[in-house]
Amino acid sequence: MEILMTIIAGILVASATYLILSKSILRIVLGTALLSHGAHLLLLTMGGLKTGAAPLLGQNADSYTDPLPQALILTAIVISFGVTAFFLVLAYRAYQELKTDDMDKLRGNENE
Amino acid sequence: MSNLVILPILIPLLAGTILLFFPRQLHFQKWISVIALSLTTISSIVLVQTVFNNGIQTLELGGWKPPFGIVLVADMFSALLVLTGIVVSFTCILFAFKSIGEDREKHYFYAFAQFLITGVMGAFLTGDLFNLFVFFEVFLMASYALIVIGGTKIQLRETLKYVLINVISSALFVISVAYIYAVLGTLNMADLGARVAEYGQTPLLTVIAILFLVVFGLKGGIFPLYFWLPGAYKAPPYAVTALFGALLTKVGVYAIFRMFSVIFTHEPQITHQIIAVLAGITILIGAIGAVAYSDVKQIIIYNIVTAIGVIVFGVVIATEIGYAGAIYYLVHDMVIKGALFLLAGAMFTITGTNKIKEMGGLIKRHPLLGWMFFLAALALAGIPPLSGFVGKVLLTQAGLSEGHYWFVAVMLLSSLLVLYSVMKIFLNCFFREEVLTEKEEKGSIKGLVYPSVILIAISVFLGVGAEVVTPYIMQAAETLADPTAYIQAVLKE
Repeated sequence: MEILMTIIAGILVASATYLILSKSILRIVLGTALLSHGAHLLLLTMGGLKTGAAPLLGQNADSYTDPLPQALILTAIVISFGVTAFFLVLAYRAYQELKTDDMDKLRGNENE
Repeated sequence: MSNLVILPILIPLLAGTILLFFPRQLHFQKWISVIALSLTTISSIVLVQTVFNNGIQTLELGGWKPPFGIVLVADMFSALLVLTGIVVSFTCILFAFKSIGEDREKHYFYAFAQFLITGVMGAFLTGDLFNLFVFFEVFLMASYALIVIGGTKIQLRETLKYVLINVISSALFVISVAYIYAVLGTLNMADLGARVAEYGQTPLLTVIAILFLVVFGLKGGIFPLYFWLPGAYKAPPYAVTALFGALLTKVGVYAIFRMFSVIFTHEPQITHQIIAVLAGITILIGAIGAVAYSDVKQIIIYNIVTAIGVIVFGVVIATEIGYAGAIYYLVHDMVIKGALFLLAGAMFTITGTNKIKEMGGLIKRHPLLGWMFFLAALALAGIPPLSGFVGKVLLTQAGLSEGHYWFVAVMLLSSLLVLYSVMKIFLNCFFREEVLTEKEEKGSIKGLVYPSVILIAISVFLGVGAEVVTPYIMQAAETLADPTAYIQAVLKE
């Protein structure tokens, strides 16, 4: 299971890299969303996977899943959700104002 | 246990939340900002004094004992940075009162500034790696908003890149946290330090250390990762750039210091060697950039990069004197960068341009502004008795005694280039024949110079009153040079 999860995280990060390297802002935003998904999945896998146990440490529990990675991911997901939403709004606003979504045309210009 | 530790985080957070509800009452906004910042300043002064008298203060949130719970730690290093950070933010906000404009004020400028301060203070005070990530995100979110507020074309364009860079570095941060949790099974920095000391720094951990260096280097702006900085810092108005230049990059530097003085100290021939080379190139790149441009804002921005290189080298020297020099220089740099940006902001208000060529003769009608800029320029280059001098002397001394001769050479050479770059601004903009007559001036700088006068006064105090400041700096340097005190204070073993 760990191997599968790691491979999926790798695929997510690879597709994210591909998307981030493209020119269109919308693709880049989707790429960053995928990138954070990959990172979260890695965080979950790295905490150690166990099947069939709740992430609670009861009085008589003989097995339990480490709750910390799940808490970390919950926080990280909320943050990346917020950032993605902000990024989408920003991209839309920039498209309205600058009339382009091509990153090549958004290069720095000294005369501005 | 000391509840004092959480006050510098809590007060700005509460103030920011209150400000969100009253976007139209501008007087109310200003009053709340001033009250909150004064309270935070007082509480951080008390914090510094408490740490000085009673040693490292910790607060276990929710009563969970470390390493299981989240813990806030204030050693002298973080306490000093909290105090400096809040004083610089205070002056930047005072500057913003007069300069930022009603439009931005109505779009929650003051609330976002409070949230930015919350995040920065939290990053300085947290003792937990994941919490560090969360506080990074808090101030990054606020900084995204601050940098784009106003919505001019250049701001939108640069914010897109700034957000993208930071989203990627945040993802890298999560990945590094995942790896270090997998290897060591804890995220409490003191516990991590203890475990690495106990089990040894395996090659895998060294790789993770480099990954962290990439993450924090990206935030701090060290050599190959500084590329986003000039563009992003040029876009927003001066009050915001001053806040960013004084606080944001320094948080990255703070994190590098923390990581490489508490946790990853056992393979200095790999990690610290890399930092040494990068710091050296950073100093040179910054100095060359500062000399090359003829745009006031761009010159000061490149001076940030130079300073980052100088400070980060303190980690490489890793002796008490070296750390002391780096901390002294860090505190000085936060103050003086704030002052320089605010003064440049005042110049921009008068002339409406950043270009050196289009300014001249400002000193005739604005002598206070001119001489303050002169003092700031001298302090930046490290001319005694101003604040930059003490830090550079300590760094030179420590660097020579540890055999880092080329670093000392590069640093002293860069001082000359830095002095040249700011003197270029001073001589061209303040002397020379006048370009603008009194009627052509774009705006009045009434009240705009005083925030930077405060900062310059602090800078003079740091230089002249080195006797008073040194015990605090030395205590901070002792904790960094010997992390066992930090580890024991947190874990209470």
